Amino acid sequence: MHRYRFVFYRPLQLLPVLVGISIITFVLVHSIPGDPARILLGTRATPEALANIRAQFGLDEPIWVQYFDFVKNLFHGEMGRSILYKVDVIGLILGRLEPTLVLVFGSVILSLIITIPLATLAAGHRGGAIDHAVRMISTGGLGMPAFWLGIMLIILFSVKLGLFPVSGYGQSVADKLHHMVLPCLTIALSLSAVLTRSLRASLLAEMESDAAMAARARGLPEHIVFRRHVLPNSLIPTLNLLAVNIGWLISGTVVVESVFAIPGMGQLLIRAIFTRDYMVVQGVAMLFALASVLTNFLADILTVVLDPRVTL
Amino acid sequence: MSEATLDRPMPRRFLGRLTAGVPQPMLIGGAILTVFLVLAIGAPLISPYDPVYQDIAARLAPPSLAHPFGTDNFGRDILARVIWSARVDLQIAVLGVIFPFIIGTATGTIAGYFGGLTDTLFMRVVDVVLAFPFLVLMLAIIAILGPGLASFYIAMGLVGWVSYARLIRAQILVLRQSDFAMAAKSLGFSHWRIMFRHLLPNAMVGSIVFSMSDAVLVLLNGAAISYLGLGVQPPTAEWGIMVADGQAFISIAWWISTFPGLAIVVLAFGFSLLADGLGEKLGVRP
Amino acid sequence: MSGAFFEVEDLTVDVATDTGRHVIVDRVSFTLGKGEILGLVGESGSGKTMACRALLKLLPSKRLSIPGGRVRIDGEDVMALPDAGFRTVRGKRIGMIFQNPASHLDPVMRIGEQIAESVRFHHGSSRRAAEARAVELLTQVGIPDPKERSRGFPHEFSGGMRQRAMIALALASDPDILIADEPTTALDVTVQAQILRLLKELRDARGLSIIFITHDLGVVAQLCDRICVLYGGRVCEIGDKRTLLADPRHPYTAGLTGCQPGAGATGSRLKTIPGYPPTIDAMPSGCRFHPRCSNAVDACARLQPPFEDVGQDRRLACHNPVVSELTSVPARGFA
Repeated sequence: MHRYRFVFYRPLQLLPVLVGISIITFVLVHSIPGDPARILLGTRATPEALANIRAQFGLDEPIWVQYFDFVKNLFHGEMGRSILYKVDVIGLILGRLEPTLVLVFGSVILSLIITIPLATLAAGHRGGAIDHAVRMISTGGLGMPAFWLGIMLIILFSVKLGLFPVSGYGQSVADKLHHMVLPCLTIALSLSAVLTRSLRASLLAEMESDAAMAARARGLPEHIVFRRHVLPNSLIPTLNLLAVNIGWLISGTVVVESVFAIPGMGQLLIRAIFTRDYMVVQGVAMLFALASVLTNFLADILTVVLDPRVTL
Repeated sequence: MSEATLDRPMPRRFLGRLTAGVPQPMLIGGAILTVFLVLAIGAPLISPYDPVYQDIAARLAPPSLAHPFGTDNFGRDILARVIWSARVDLQIAVLGVIFPFIIGTATGTIAGYFGGLTDTLFMRVVDVVLAFPFLVLMLAIIAILGPGLASFYIAMGLVGWVSYARLIRAQILVLRQSDFAMAAKSLGFSHWRIMFRHLLPNAMVGSIVFSMSDAVLVLLNGAAISYLGLGVQPPTAEWGIMVADGQAFISIAWWISTFPGLAIVVLAFGFSLLADGLGEKLGVRP
Repeated sequence: MSGAFFEVEDLTVDVATDTGRHVIVDRVSFTLGKGEILGLVGESGSGKTMACRALLKLLPSKRLSIPGGRVRIDGEDVMALPDAGFRTVRGKRIGMIFQNPASHLDPVMRIGEQIAESVRFHHGSSRRAAEARAVELLTQVGIPDPKERSRGFPHEFSGGMRQRAMIALALASDPDILIADEPTTALDVTVQAQILRLLKELRDARGLSIIFITHDLGVVAQLCDRICVLYGGRVCEIGDKRTLLADPRHPYTAGLTGCQPGAGATGSRLKTIPGYPPTIDAMPSGCRFHPRCSNAVDACARLQPPFEDVGQDRRLACHNPVVSELTSVPARGFA
């Protein structure tokens, strides 16, 4: 199982990146113009209270001591307190985790459901009208703003057809899923534009590969050759592309959560920016960065599982 | 792609001779871009109405001959606002690419040319910036600087340079070993001269093609940040803001959000085609 | 050797290019008996690989087509079958192995699973039975520790073992005929000899008929019963291995045998055929070999030589054949 050894040492290699992430978020919050103590307490705070808070948060200490305190607190799961909500940032974020996770996973699954038939159709009709149409749609899709696409879907499916709710998240599981169809579709459509191009190209290459030809020479019918040999080999680079685009996907959820008023991490971030709730901004940014690092790590593991030739 | 080149060549007149050998996507993309440029520059002449004039009598009017794209809740003409917005959004797409391009090219060249510790340090920074979801890091920076277009450009410069730095560095690493770089070194040219006069021009092709497709992402990001209320501020007409303004009225006036969004789609499509065509022409896959 | 149960008659392959249609396989005919090994010999570009792809109707490009030809297996013309019917020919009647097994095996599927897939499809076996059969086939082709190896992926096999696995995969559908497209070219000499021995064993054990494509006359001499020499998409000469190698009548065959190391007197220089093989868009008129032929006469540039029976189970297409050293068959032609 030497191919999986990287699972143990890769996190060590990622250490510099993680340190970098903590430095960037720390520097961000410390470059806020003005007195952090005043920001924490508001403008009407007494001088005693300000001095108190400075001592309490170590704001009198040199900057590097403050950084180490910050990292030490991170290891205890502390990311400071939200000024607006008056609760720990970490708890606040965890409460908003579910809708965002549903949105991310739902979009990925939906995008694959859209991409695979579309790319197959395009590759199967290479150079034909369908191929050109798919190519035009995906080029157009690349330039489609998620916030506008979301609104268009609302106008069509919610306002005109009345099939889905306009916004919000819902209570029961079924209700939540019902609310999440359009948001997931919004991201999935944009994502499919990227994935379809890549999958079409690798499908074309694999359909003409020696291995596919040999499978045909064995008498296997085209649909089996496609499903068992062409598709699995083509999906590997596409799944990698999906992982590389995780940052883009998270950015998409931030916007789409605002469009559909979904109480997730993205909406939390936007609201925190407007209310100058810096600790929340810091926490959400850091967690999103961690999530994207983790996703790429998991994608590496998945690649090794799917492609026996790969060693990392 | 290659399908287009298989077509029988059409008889060409003057315009045809001018565009001979230019891939078809590039022509269409260029045409789209030209139209938007004309709209942006000629807005005062082309625009049928003042973009901020409020005709209270014509509030929420659907598309008609007088108002082809309809009016918004203040009675402002959507078409006029879409045309005037081209000024802002084109500026976003161009400046939002240029700043990162310059910063990324400079750092990438230096990192690739000197290698060693300089390179390692630069690349670590690149890794860390890339670890953040693009928009999230931009929003975090804008949160510190405060909403506005200036903040957007600064954030763009701080975040967007990494892609260019990586592209250029990879090219420079290869070119550094080439014969002409060795020759330049043996002639005793300064590092500065070798880097920017000899290596960089050869290394830039890939990033120029990339900058075209990057313009799409920058445009979408700029519009998204304005949509969220953190970029361009009202009453300036901008497509992202217009979409946001119309969202409250989607059940009664679909046109307010629809047309500005379409403008983004078409302009982005133009940049994408230009990138495709340019990549094809220069033999670079974006 | 039983009679010909596999007959190829006037098999033709066209390619459509910007400069028009070109014939790259021109009315190729040969026969193959049960349990016979036929060597299909020619330089690269002679159309030998394309002819065999055409036998399976597996042409690598849409520009290629098969405008004519009959392929009879046990008297049945399979070329006339509709596409769906023809698929039963692939694998079940004719199996194929390739020069580069590394690229012709699915890299992300276990060897045993690939074999089992074919077994299940062709015999409708259960998963368990197919897996057992896969191990059995790997044993038959001489893969040590077959149970363990069946769980391996292609890239974990050595070149020789990979070719053995490819053979096992071809055998999974129980074909009557095996087309081997230069299966040993990429292997080193000792491994090459092992694979040739394996093919011979399979012929003996199963009565498998084999079409062995190669440019290497040395391999042909070791393995084959009969030889068919191709040049420029046409058959030059076909006949029994022994007589054909000892007594080549077509100047091209003679040239090929002269090119072999070991041929001719020891110490003499290795002979080569002057010139280059023709390209598809510039095929010479008449006999396609005439520009390089030392025996060429006037007619060669004008008339395509007929493909005729010259006795001793031999057929030849030449206006001015090499004069036989062994037999007294007179040189026929215009000279």
